[in-house]
Amino acid sequence: MDATGWGWRHAGRRRAAVQGLDLRIHAGERVLLLGPSGSGKSTLLHALAGVLGGDDEGEHHGRLLLDGRQPADARGRAGLVLQDPDSQVILARVGDDVAFGCENLGIPREEIWQRVRDAVDAVGLDLPLSHPTSRLSGGQKQRMALAGAIAMRPGLLLLDEPTANLDPRGVAEVRAAVARVLDRTGATLVVVEHRVDVWLDLVDRVVVLGADGRLLADGPPSVVLDERRESLAAAGVWVPGVPLDVPDATDAAAPGAGPAISTEALAIGRPRGAVLHAGLDLAVPEASSSVLTGPNGAGKSTLALTLGGLLAPRAGRVVAAAPLARGIGGAPVRWRSRDLLTRIGTVFQEPEHQFVATTVRDEVAVAPRALGLAPGEVDARVDEVLHRLRLDHLAGANPFTLSGGEARRLTVGAVLATRPSAVILDEPTFGQDRLGWIELVRLLHELVGEGTTLLSVTHDAAFIASLGAHRIRLDAHTSADSRTATGRGRA
Amino acid sequence: MSAIDVADATPAPTLRFVDRVNPASRLAAAMVLTTPLLVTVDWVSAAIALAIQLVLFALAGVTPGLLVRRTWPILIAAPLAGISMLLYGRPSGTVYGEFWLARVTDGSIQLAIAVTLRVLAIGLPAALLFLRVDPTDLADGLAQVWRLPARFVLGALAATRLVGLFVEDWRAMALARRARGIGDHGAVRRAATMAFALLVLAIRRGSKLATAMEARGFGADTPRTWARPSTVGVPDALLVLIAAAVAAAAIVGAVWAGTYHPVWA
Repeated sequence: MDATGWGWRHAGRRRAAVQGLDLRIHAGERVLLLGPSGSGKSTLLHALAGVLGGDDEGEHHGRLLLDGRQPADARGRAGLVLQDPDSQVILARVGDDVAFGCENLGIPREEIWQRVRDAVDAVGLDLPLSHPTSRLSGGQKQRMALAGAIAMRPGLLLLDEPTANLDPRGVAEVRAAVARVLDRTGATLVVVEHRVDVWLDLVDRVVVLGADGRLLADGPPSVVLDERRESLAAAGVWVPGVPLDVPDATDAAAPGAGPAISTEALAIGRPRGAVLHAGLDLAVPEASSSVLTGPNGAGKSTLALTLGGLLAPRAGRVVAAAPLARGIGGAPVRWRSRDLLTRIGTVFQEPEHQFVATTVRDEVAVAPRALGLAPGEVDARVDEVLHRLRLDHLAGANPFTLSGGEARRLTVGAVLATRPSAVILDEPTFGQDRLGWIELVRLLHELVGEGTTLLSVTHDAAFIASLGAHRIRLDAHTSADSRTATGRGRA
Repeated sequence: MSAIDVADATPAPTLRFVDRVNPASRLAAAMVLTTPLLVTVDWVSAAIALAIQLVLFALAGVTPGLLVRRTWPILIAAPLAGISMLLYGRPSGTVYGEFWLARVTDGSIQLAIAVTLRVLAIGLPAALLFLRVDPTDLADGLAQVWRLPARFVLGALAATRLVGLFVEDWRAMALARRARGIGDHGAVRRAATMAFALLVLAIRRGSKLATAMEARGFGADTPRTWARPSTVGVPDALLVLIAAAVAAAAIVGAVWAGTYHPVWA
């Protein structure tokens, strides 16, 4: 690929996403593309895949060529894998989904199925072609998307944060699949990812874009990462070896604290769904930080929602201790919605599920208003939260337009505005860059320091090291109606 | 008939003959069979059609148990439609009972029977013919056999897969509203804001899906090939012919019995 003075400005934006880019990538090179949020990495990738859209979606200048042709005319030369596993599953069966790109390229039928089998084999997806795509894990979905891309036999493979939304096992699966695909096909690779360590030994070149969308650095990984270590880390890139400046887990414990929330022979499950776990006896200690870990599909989110008084126990009890319940009974699921606000706040995994207002300011004000606070007090609390989470400058923005890091801060802020005694967070660090991560972890430490009880569902090893003062592990259930108790807590 | 049903339902039982017919042809047969039944309101045509259908489906391997399991909503809806006709249908002839607006007469009894039979005669074949149809196969048939535009058919097919995600989204949003302190009152207003939020999510998911499809060459000008062949043959023609014959028998029978009564008359 060859870019000469290339730039792109999205329609309706004043600032160009990418500008004056001169970059040449030769066949067979493996490039890691880095840069802070908003530096136009994804824009460049989409442009190379030919999916940036026409003149009504933005304006370009300069020249961007793929094998000497316009990317939009070279469909099939570049295969793109995107960040969100759910949004790129196209068809209902694995084989059909992988075949989709080949069909669009007009490949003859016999050859399509040969390619599909090769591609599924190359990404290590050991499943029948008729397997329903709705039953795949996140890592499997991403590998299927990769198979769909390589079945088109592209010369250039483009990966846009393909592992940002995956648990560690999914990350390892996808990385191994990409390595095998590159070895087999010799394709050129351009990957965008905040987590450098995942890709470091797979790439032979690192390209860094600056916040203004210009080229900042370009060269072999060791040289670029060495020279730019500090500036990359400051820009939010996860540079290996740069220490994270956050307190460790011993600072997030209150020695001798009793349980704030505990369970007695608790069985969990979604309403009308299967019971995922039964006989759980566990405790979340007061004014400390606990983490809830375990493999995907073990029911961690369901347990978190049950502890937070949002889902009813299928059997057994959730008990809120007296200082938390403050005289309205010990079963959180029976509390009124309003009573939950000052007692247990829940931050959902998908920020979009919990947004209810049209501006950031109103979003934070929703809960204090529901509490019936005086307008003056509501304003004061909203100002305090917006300032603390550095969202002041976005007060008038629509929550749905925020970046991943900003949206996460807003969801936490919206919960903090009513000062709940306990906060439960589901995968708070998914898709966060280094800056957003550090900011969030420090904030959570502050909350624990102020006496808040914290429980986080997480896969993130660094997060557990910093906030896992108390660890609860939920193992996978062997069958849907498993009766074995697997919850155990250790301080 | 959505992607979720296909993924989650236990494997549907096999049907003789019908299983060899292309889903697009089954749709054609269902339309040929039921459209004539929509233009007349009399009990003879519906009874003839229903009787022949029951024999044919029994021959294809539909057992009474299977019939009840797969069509119970229709089996419940049909008599309900009949009862409302019994009470509120246009009165004529002897009056057997009266209460406020409800009046049971000779005419309304006849209408009730006709409507009950008709709902069954139209609903049962529609449900049973599509017992084992996978949306992907139907889309293949519509695009390859009926030659509907691939862009439209595949776009609709990909969108059906999002429905399952929206159900999950809706549940999560309902829990989130309780967590946000606005779950106690105003169910109507809450549902309205959730519907709006779901719309926003749907557009975002839809545009991401469109990007993913475009990245795989969807919408390019090159002619598309099809990985799964979708063909029609003798069984397809036969099924459509059978459907036409059943419809003809029903209408001719009604005319002969003197009960034929088109809705526009």
